[in-house]
Amino acid sequence: MSDERTPTRSTGSDILEELEAEVAETLAEERLPSGGPAYQVVGALVALSIGIGGMVLALDYGLDNLRRPGPGLWPFVTATVVAVLSAVLLVVGRKLEDSEAFSRASVLPAVGVLTFIGFALVLPTLGFEIPALVLCVIWLRFLGGESWRSTVIISLATVAAFYLLFLYGLKIPLPHLF
Amino acid sequence: MDAFLDGFAVVAQPDTLFYCLIGVLIGMLIGVLPGLGPAATMAILLPIVVTVGDPIAGVIMMAGVYYGAQYGGTITSVLLRIPGEASSVVTVFDGFALAKQGKAGTALGIAAIGSFVGATLSIIALSLTAPLVASWAVDFGPPEYAALALLGVLLVATIGSGSKLKALIAAAIGLLLATVGKDQFSGAERFTFGSMELSQGIDFVVVAMGLFGVSEILHNLEERHGKPHVPAKVANVWPSRKELKEASPAIGRGSVIGFFLGVLPGGGAVMSSLAAYATEKRVSKHPEEFGRGSIKGVAAPETANNAAATSSFIPLLTLGIPANASMAMLFAALLVLGITPSPALVEENPELFWGVVNSMYIGNVFLLLLSIPLVGIFVRILRVRPAILAPITALITILGAYTLNNSTFDIFLMIAFGIVGYLMKKAGFEPGPMVLAFVLGSILENNVRRSLIIFDGDPTGFVTDSISGPILAVFVLVALWPVARALLDRRQRRTSLSESTPREDSLR
Repeated sequence: MSDERTPTRSTGSDILEELEAEVAETLAEERLPSGGPAYQVVGALVALSIGIGGMVLALDYGLDNLRRPGPGLWPFVTATVVAVLSAVLLVVGRKLEDSEAFSRASVLPAVGVLTFIGFALVLPTLGFEIPALVLCVIWLRFLGGESWRSTVIISLATVAAFYLLFLYGLKIPLPHLF
Repeated sequence: MDAFLDGFAVVAQPDTLFYCLIGVLIGMLIGVLPGLGPAATMAILLPIVVTVGDPIAGVIMMAGVYYGAQYGGTITSVLLRIPGEASSVVTVFDGFALAKQGKAGTALGIAAIGSFVGATLSIIALSLTAPLVASWAVDFGPPEYAALALLGVLLVATIGSGSKLKALIAAAIGLLLATVGKDQFSGAERFTFGSMELSQGIDFVVVAMGLFGVSEILHNLEERHGKPHVPAKVANVWPSRKELKEASPAIGRGSVIGFFLGVLPGGGAVMSSLAAYATEKRVSKHPEEFGRGSIKGVAAPETANNAAATSSFIPLLTLGIPANASMAMLFAALLVLGITPSPALVEENPELFWGVVNSMYIGNVFLLLLSIPLVGIFVRILRVRPAILAPITALITILGAYTLNNSTFDIFLMIAFGIVGYLMKKAGFEPGPMVLAFVLGSILENNVRRSLIIFDGDPTGFVTDSISGPILAVFVLVALWPVARALLDRRQRRTSLSESTPREDSLR
């Protein structure tokens, strides 16, 4: 999707196309700035390597023949499709504007991922209450910019609600301390 | 007929009614709150559906989330000029214009009534046609299924928004991912790299939760930072008789357009809302009113997207082919509950089939009540800051993934897919086609291989078969259409010479 104005407007022939352009524009206002050709090339190269890697591995599993397809035949076909289409993308896709540039705000999702991983690491030993509380505080105060007051209130309420919902409402045996 | 009435008996049970209400409430909420879409929400809810125990109630709840979100999306479009759902984008034009004139209430009221009428007409049409489609498809063998699944993957990949080429690549990678684990035919391990967990295959619930749920949560962290929400004032939600009279032809046309476009795999709801709006503008005697606060401009797309959301259940319930990402999640829910959606569903599981279909009548009544008399509550919810919801959805997602097998391996795998999904968005790839292809992947492979065995290794059998042949012909048409169109466009441009900028397709 691009935010370029479509030239069809001049002909005025198709209302639907005009409308699609207008919608694309509305959506484009919400988008982060595009990343440029480097993003496109990297994306296509990653996909290409997945395709080629898949083809190589699938060959190992055995293609056999169409009468008795081996375990590798189907993965080989799909991996080939990935590789061919990615190669095409590498050639024609440089100018696409659908990527999103990383920015300073991209640190936020990175921190988010770390809290996810930390949560999963300590869940079996510590139970879910304390890690959940910590996760809430980090997300509200540091990732979300909430005030300390609302952070504390919402965190406590959320953990309490989850405690009741999972252990009593849905009766799911989550690891818990209390 | 009996089965149809039994379906109502199922829905009338207090438990089922309760889950239906919960489903539409959640749907309405996530529709109102920009951020999580219906597919992401349904993905996050998958583990909870398993624990509900009653498969019918679980599926009814998931369905409610989907069509409930269509109602909720209207509210943000009209009041904030932010479409909660992609299918509500066109509603923004006239809805927000009406809100600026102080007629936000009227816009919401007309949209709610249109939504209700569109959805209900669509359910009636679904009730009448779905059993027929299913009975026609019940004799389908492996070649037909293979062709249908292939067409499903292709259509979803190509009718979505964004670059078609990228969508196809994502879909093909989804198909490749689906082969991870033990091969069902030979028992050989594929792409497991010696991992015990991977040899079981990758759980599609984990994939969906990661690619839809986690990636969207991460993406939202970055995108929405301290945007103030100041909704317009809402007064007098009940439209006047004159306004109703003005909107009713638009509602009628919107229902028909929505129903037919919704059946097509792909972005049914989005496409139908565009088509309905365009139709109204074309038939109107005063096309200049559109975009400046025309009631028809709100009624038509809102009616159509709800009718389409409803009719998009048809391919899933009658053929076992999900038509869009949300339907793929419903498909996943059914699989988790041990039910494989297929044409035999109506016959073998009438309670489930009619239970789900009939729950939509009730669910839409709930939604009408929520969006007319109780609309004030949802308008107030608009003031809830997205930052407050983020940790809550994050926790639901992590704990849900854990409960699947009581193992943290699933959480880590989900996080991995979440990161993949986030990076895909950064590089301009939509995760939707990948998830859908992943869900359909094993069905497609199994049926292709079974067909090859039936055809004795002769792949032309797919083409000469009386049913899979035409389906594949459609496949080729759909696959080549964008290429043909691009070539035509290029030629036109070369002849006109008036434009120097290449026309990048807007809403693919």
